[in-house]
Amino acid sequence: MTVLSVTKTGAAALQAGGDGGGPGLQVLTLGLADEIFAIETARVREVLDLMPITRVPNSHPFIKGLINVRGKVVTVTDLRVKFGMAPAEPTRDTRIVVTEVQIGGEPTLVGALADRVHEATELPAAVMEEVPKIGMRWRAEFIRAIGKRGDDFIIIADIDQVFAAADLIAP
Amino acid sequence: MATAANPADIFRQEAADLLALLETTLLDLGTAPDDKGLVDQAFRCLHTLKGSGAMFGWEALAGFTHHVESVFQQVRDGVLAVTGDLVSLTLASLDHIRALLEQPEQADRVRGDALLAAFADLAAFDSPPERATVGDPDSARTPAGAPAPVPEMARVYRIRWEPAPDLLRFGGNPLLLLDELRGLGSCTVTPLADRVPSLEDISVTGCYLGWDLMLTTARPRSVIDEAFMFVAAGSRLAIEAVAVGEQSGPAPRLGEILVERGDVAPGDIEEELGHQPRLGALLVQSGKVSGDRIASALSEQRHLRDAVRVREATVSGNTIRVPAERLDNLMDQVGELVIAQARLMQVAAQGSPLLKAIAEDIQRLAGELRDTAMSVRMLPVGTLLTRFRRVVHDLSQDLGKSVDLTMSGEETELDKTVIDSLSDPLVHLIRNAMDHGIEPSETRVALGKPAVGRLHLSAVHSGAQVLITITDDGRGIDRAVIRAKAEERGLLHPGQEVSDADLLACIFQPGFSTAAAVTKLSGRGVGMDVVKRAIDGLHGAIDVMSEPHQGTTMTLKLPLTLAIIDGLLVGIGHERYIVPLSVIEECVELPRLVDQRSDGRNFLNVRGEIVGYVRLRPLFGVAGTAPIIQKVVIVAFGQSRVGLVVDQVLGQHQTVIKSLSRLHGDQEGFSGATILGDGSVALILDVPHLIKFARERETALRAA
Repeated sequence: MTVLSVTKTGAAALQAGGDGGGPGLQVLTLGLADEIFAIETARVREVLDLMPITRVPNSHPFIKGLINVRGKVVTVTDLRVKFGMAPAEPTRDTRIVVTEVQIGGEPTLVGALADRVHEATELPAAVMEEVPKIGMRWRAEFIRAIGKRGDDFIIIADIDQVFAAADLIAP
Repeated sequence: MATAANPADIFRQEAADLLALLETTLLDLGTAPDDKGLVDQAFRCLHTLKGSGAMFGWEALAGFTHHVESVFQQVRDGVLAVTGDLVSLTLASLDHIRALLEQPEQADRVRGDALLAAFADLAAFDSPPERATVGDPDSARTPAGAPAPVPEMARVYRIRWEPAPDLLRFGGNPLLLLDELRGLGSCTVTPLADRVPSLEDISVTGCYLGWDLMLTTARPRSVIDEAFMFVAAGSRLAIEAVAVGEQSGPAPRLGEILVERGDVAPGDIEEELGHQPRLGALLVQSGKVSGDRIASALSEQRHLRDAVRVREATVSGNTIRVPAERLDNLMDQVGELVIAQARLMQVAAQGSPLLKAIAEDIQRLAGELRDTAMSVRMLPVGTLLTRFRRVVHDLSQDLGKSVDLTMSGEETELDKTVIDSLSDPLVHLIRNAMDHGIEPSETRVALGKPAVGRLHLSAVHSGAQVLITITDDGRGIDRAVIRAKAEERGLLHPGQEVSDADLLACIFQPGFSTAAAVTKLSGRGVGMDVVKRAIDGLHGAIDVMSEPHQGTTMTLKLPLTLAIIDGLLVGIGHERYIVPLSVIEECVELPRLVDQRSDGRNFLNVRGEIVGYVRLRPLFGVAGTAPIIQKVVIVAFGQSRVGLVVDQVLGQHQTVIKSLSRLHGDQEGFSGATILGDGSVALILDVPHLIKFARERETALRAA
């Protein structure tokens, strides 16, 4: 079991905006298909190897099922579905990222499948930009900002929005 | 036992929660004035606040809240619009209510009146001429002029009552009075028979007995005085507070008690102390005092000793008060331990005999720990039911109806969470029964019923459930009125045929009230929908039975606990599910012939009875094919029985219920999940919803 220790810093640092000043953002970067996504480390509880997931019959395709995280039943979701990517078979690199999100005002542990988990890193505020209104494949509210690293883009997800319960009814 | 918290504290806590909820609701309403749900929410808060306020003796609070509630009644009826003024005025009233809650005697009445006047300006709202009757402190029954603050600690009273000899002749009933006193707290009653004359002098209607009572109660002295109000004439009555040692000293000795009561002179004690061994016997022998007086003094000694013990215990020692949150944590951890232990058992089964022995020890300990942890959370229903004596008492005065309240099954135990959530619904039901059900005495007599109405609360175990029933012998529910009201509100089409049960179920619709007049108690049409919702929230059910002119019975069916259930583990393909054992009637094999032929007909013959069944495999979309022999788990569904077809029945399983996150929103068919012995997760079937879901799907398939 891979467990990352995460720090509580870096939360809500995005308010500083992309004007070059202000502190950076501590994030965990992960891969979905060919894209690199990032989630604030402050929101990540742990990263788990893939384990058997209990399917929930007749549930939304976004919901992969349930796992046991140290005595707690945690829902595992498939971010690929949320971001409109084709579903994929799990590989050796597949991980479950357990995050703490607010759903309906309640703090809830939610697992997210990631094709790969890269690293915990700091994104300097200077490399982050606002989400462009057009030219995006994804729903804008799911994304807080876009970061640049070399030639790659890092998509910083707004996980509260991604897991907002109301979205489940109409995919 | 001193497990029940101080009622005043309970109410303060409840009220604080309600006020907080009301505040957020009002603030939300400020931004969304058209949201009808918020108006209903605010209204319900006020209604409950008023109701429990009156119940716990916060009359000024209840009186004031009544007026604010009236305003919201108009809002709800669309007479009054939600404006910024209304919201801010209500918020100010909320602060006033909070003041009334925290320091009722210091609350500023002028401010309350000003607020009410402002409301009156806001609308065609009748400024309350009848306010004196709804709890103006000055005219309230309490003699002190303001609601008596409830003492923090229980006090001990010594009461000696020797009723007038003609008490019985004038219709007095000392038994009722003694019962009433017993209802106030812990009470030791000792009869005094030394006034009984010799047989030839006894008149059959004479009352010769007297009683010594030791009463430990948190209620004010005035309540005791009130109880004796009608029998005081001609009686010899002495009520005095006894000081129970603030520091844990020994309880007073027999001689001291007798002297303090004036039954024996100090000199006599001194004298008799010379002779040993038993003071009481000696005093009787020498004719200084009768045997009864000694027995009574001895029971006082015991009572005081107990009182001291209880007081010590609440400070330290035998009983401790623990925040419920810690109990919840304990329950969670025990649940995890049970799961971890099950895994250990599986590993140990393949290990050395020594490991196996240890694992078995741990299994036993974990089981015992679970039972103990569960029992800590269980409280007798009596702690809840006795609270309602006061409600019934006050209501019968307000309504001018005499009602005899009886109870049974107070010792039945229920999970604390369930008990806590039951208080409000039960108050509503009792109020309804007394206000709408039981008729005024004159009407009752004219109908040939006893003048005194009867209200019975009972609690009884029934399998994994507890049934709480409230029975009155009032006028019953008038079907015609319900139907008319339901048609008026559009719940039923005119002339629509409905079953009796469905018709009665209409009373649980929000805003449904058949009372012509709005009173302090009911008739606003909140109540029943709140009751229904609260019971649903506890995974319970509510049944109504009513016979015209015979009375109404409300039955609440509640699960024993919300944390752990007994379940049956079943397998479908590689997947495993838990079926709550409480709904299972039996398990049978699915005959192969029936299975092969049943393309359209899903019926099974179980000992001559036709039982429909649902195949869970296709319903859950499990991959693969079913094994040759399948099992049918037959469950109770309403009045009928339904079979659930699974691959295997794997055995019984102690199921720690974990709720599903909100991501599963309106997921039908599962009430939660649990963790199995191997650490994997299994879903718990919500049988009624699952069967409903399966039927809807069947209907949809047929239509397609």
